[in-house]
Amino acid sequence: MADASYPEDLKYHPEHDWARIDGDVATFGITWFAQDALGEVVFFDAPEVGATVTKDESYAEVESVKAVSDVIAPLSGEVVEVNPALEDSPESINESSYEDGWMVKVRLSDPSQVDQLLDQAAYVASLD
Amino acid sequence: MSSTTDLRRTPLYERHLAAGARVVPFAGWEMPVQYVGVKEEHLAVRSAAGVFDVSHMGEIRTVGPQAAAFLQRILSNDVEKIAVGGSQYSVLCTEDGGVLDDLFTYRLADDVYLTVTNASNHAKDLAWFQRWAEGFDVTVEDAFDEFAMLAVQGPDARRITSQVLGYELPGPFRTGGAIWNDADVLVAGTGYTGEDGVELLVPPAVAPDLWDALLAAGVQPAGLGARDTLRMEACFHLYGNDLSEDRDPIGAGLGWACKEATGFVGSEAVAAARAGGSPHGEKLVPFRFTDKGIPRGGNDVVGGGTVTSGTFSPSLGIGIGLAYVPVASAEVGTPLTIDVRGRERPAEVATKPLYKRPN
Repeated sequence: MADASYPEDLKYHPEHDWARIDGDVATFGITWFAQDALGEVVFFDAPEVGATVTKDESYAEVESVKAVSDVIAPLSGEVVEVNPALEDSPESINESSYEDGWMVKVRLSDPSQVDQLLDQAAYVASLD
Repeated sequence: MSSTTDLRRTPLYERHLAAGARVVPFAGWEMPVQYVGVKEEHLAVRSAAGVFDVSHMGEIRTVGPQAAAFLQRILSNDVEKIAVGGSQYSVLCTEDGGVLDDLFTYRLADDVYLTVTNASNHAKDLAWFQRWAEGFDVTVEDAFDEFAMLAVQGPDARRITSQVLGYELPGPFRTGGAIWNDADVLVAGTGYTGEDGVELLVPPAVAPDLWDALLAAGVQPAGLGARDTLRMEACFHLYGNDLSEDRDPIGAGLGWACKEATGFVGSEAVAAARAGGSPHGEKLVPFRFTDKGIPRGGNDVVGGGTVTSGTFSPSLGIGIGLAYVPVASAEVGTPLTIDVRGRERPAEVATKPLYKRPN
């Protein structure tokens, strides 16, 4: 498992999710803190492409051997892509939570919501 | 966040922290749920050897000329069959055939037996033993504080434990007494993982050194998480999940451990359940998912039934579990549908055990 890290180019949701913003599309995933608390991920229950996700609400489930957790959407929109590699390699969520372990790409319905997210410094401060 | 002030700690608590454990409240104890990760610890037990601190489990010692007769009265199995140095699995039943606990009993001498209880049931079991001991020439002793308990499990467990103790281990389901660092070690050829291995009952003061010696010999510390996934693959029951006072041992698939002819407390109700009059009409079956998903205890079986234990099987790479289903759905191969938080997942009734170690 990689060491703790929180990239500066991401936006963060207090429920330990990140968003990488690219115009009106954002990539979502969970933070190092979240995957560490969860332990080894063995199953990612993904939404369908085309599904609507709502900021602050669950859009997927991620399961470790022992527990299941909801994954919270940091922003609202429509799922345009699901990371196909997670079906066979859900452990990427642990091993590469910001790169290979990305979960979905979402076309944002309200890009102004980005302003409500935390930057890296504010999120890291919230973990103390 | 619940208070941890009332929780008990085993003599190995500091060792768990030193080994990087994540410690959680369990049955009134602060216990390690994992060290390096459930999956890795699970696979270490399947491929080499792991050690579990199971000191939260309790012990009751029954001593006296009528010890066997007394235990025969309350334990479901045929206690007369336990030879000195032997062991036996049995169920403790209520008068109406509900399950109070499931237990291993070791016969240490002609008239000395040691029964291992589940942590959360120990006080209840002890009171039950004492209640029924009246009229028998026996002494029932709470031996909880006399022992720490380590389970060393896996294909390499016997070889390593034998080297560490400098002692030739008793065979499966047999017991023996070793001396290690001037302390008595009760060695039992039992376990809860489906692997070969032993359980060691030692004075609490000796446990940390024994733990260190086992780790130094290459044994992987394994937590409650791996203990649970291993026992589910082996289809061993967990009291509180798969067994309760509301379920009879026949429905739970423990008819093999019930010898009604001995006249144990609850034997009439158990005999009635065996004859087809189970008040619940359900049978506990192992199942595996045939597609994605992970079952969890409490999930419903569509059309009737309940999952009582469920997990992701690290050995098989699929969702597995134990479920009470209507007798008509209990045949091996019967397709089941499990409702996992609103999503219907296909499964099938499987043979026991779900994972069998290669010979």
